[in-house]
Amino acid sequence: MNGIGTAAVAAQVTLVVVGAPLLTGVMRKVRARLEGRAGAAVTQPWRDLRKLLRKEAITPLGTGPAFRAAPPLLVATTAVVAALVPLVSTTTPVSRRADLILVVALLGLGTVAVALAGLDTGTAFGGMGASRQMTVAALVEPTILLAVFALSMPTGSTNLSAIVTGGLHDPVRLASPAGLLATAALAVAVLAETGRLPVDNPATHLELTMVHEATALEFAGPDLALVELGTQMRLTVLLGLLASLSAPWGIATTTTPLALALALAVLTAKVALLGAALAAAEVFWAKLRLFRVPELLAGSFLLAVLAVTASYFLTGE
Amino acid sequence: MSLLRKIRDTGRVAEDAPPRPAGSGSRAAAALGGSVQVRCVDAGSCNGCEIEIAAAFGPVHDAERYGARLVASPRHADVALVTGPVTRNMAEPLRRTVAAMPRPRLVMAVGDCAMNCGEFAGAYGVEGAVADVVAVDVQVAGCPPQPEKIVAALRAVTGR
Repeated sequence: MNGIGTAAVAAQVTLVVVGAPLLTGVMRKVRARLEGRAGAAVTQPWRDLRKLLRKEAITPLGTGPAFRAAPPLLVATTAVVAALVPLVSTTTPVSRRADLILVVALLGLGTVAVALAGLDTGTAFGGMGASRQMTVAALVEPTILLAVFALSMPTGSTNLSAIVTGGLHDPVRLASPAGLLATAALAVAVLAETGRLPVDNPATHLELTMVHEATALEFAGPDLALVELGTQMRLTVLLGLLASLSAPWGIATTTTPLALALALAVLTAKVALLGAALAAAEVFWAKLRLFRVPELLAGSFLLAVLAVTASYFLTGE
Repeated sequence: MSLLRKIRDTGRVAEDAPPRPAGSGSRAAAALGGSVQVRCVDAGSCNGCEIEIAAAFGPVHDAERYGARLVASPRHADVALVTGPVTRNMAEPLRRTVAAMPRPRLVMAVGDCAMNCGEFAGAYGVEGAVADVVAVDVQVAGCPPQPEKIVAALRAVTGR
């Protein structure tokens, strides 16, 4: 039993690491097709990573430990989150430690590491990007916490596995006002946390409009490969978490190899579908002016507060 | 909704990929493995070449499908796409840009001006051609070069 639980964690992390660049490839392909282009192959992000790993590593003059530590730290925190959150199975050896606050803190650690690296380069755009990233992060983190608190109230635990199991056994909970509001709030928070439109444009070339990209401008070679992989993994993990919380069907609750294989297939389908939908929606969106971003995030925070309130009053507990 | 209708009516505008240009499969192409990040440097161009580069990466020619992508920083780049005769004020920034790129790196001179100063040869503000300032690996002739030629030069580097 424990062996299969460990296999579930390993499969989950492997799927996120291998699948994250492919998800980015799929999203770029969808966008290219909607723009009338042919688009690069879905495996292109993997080719980019392979090439970057073979390139020369550069440490810009005057940068210190913060710059060097950020890329491995970003990938490591995201890998730990990928192991913790219930994407494939709710009964893994680490599922009892899959606490919401720990997951949000790990994501925050990754964000802070990259922001500090941006600051460490001492360039104008690096500092600007770091400042913007922390502004967005400070507004997003409470929203994620509150939205999942609303989902955790009926379960009575902030353990993500317990929340997902509760949703599986009582699907009405997911369609309740609290569940829907929390899902909406979480979706906006995930967009902001992963630096997608309308908060940040991952394909921008204009330094003045950058948020996350500006902090990564000075990374080269293997460091850049890690930063890109880490960013792609974050998107995959957060989309997977959103799928697990709002549509948990297919997740393995037992420890049989068959349930595990099925859960892997369902997870891949769900995340690919969410990613494709996000890429298609992004074609229709413009990036928000930076000073309007807090309004959007305040709106999503309000949804999360309403979700908590609704959860408190409507469940009558 | 009008945008959705526009997407549906337009369909695919990318032209079919022409056959792979001869001369691909060079040593640099093998080192990059089918992925080329491009940083554009305007060293003093009249912007004619920039328009053609934009066309090469636009929907019709779509250089991105061969594995080339424009990036925002020389640190991310494998190829510097240099246009225009190098003016005195851009000589040092060009040297620094190329120096900032991690190895293996290539410099591609795009347009007649970048190759031999073209129309602006001998002008008082011109330092020289791109090859006088940094080592050039690939040249694309034309004033301005057709997007097809730029795409072919990029494909020779991506090897696809």
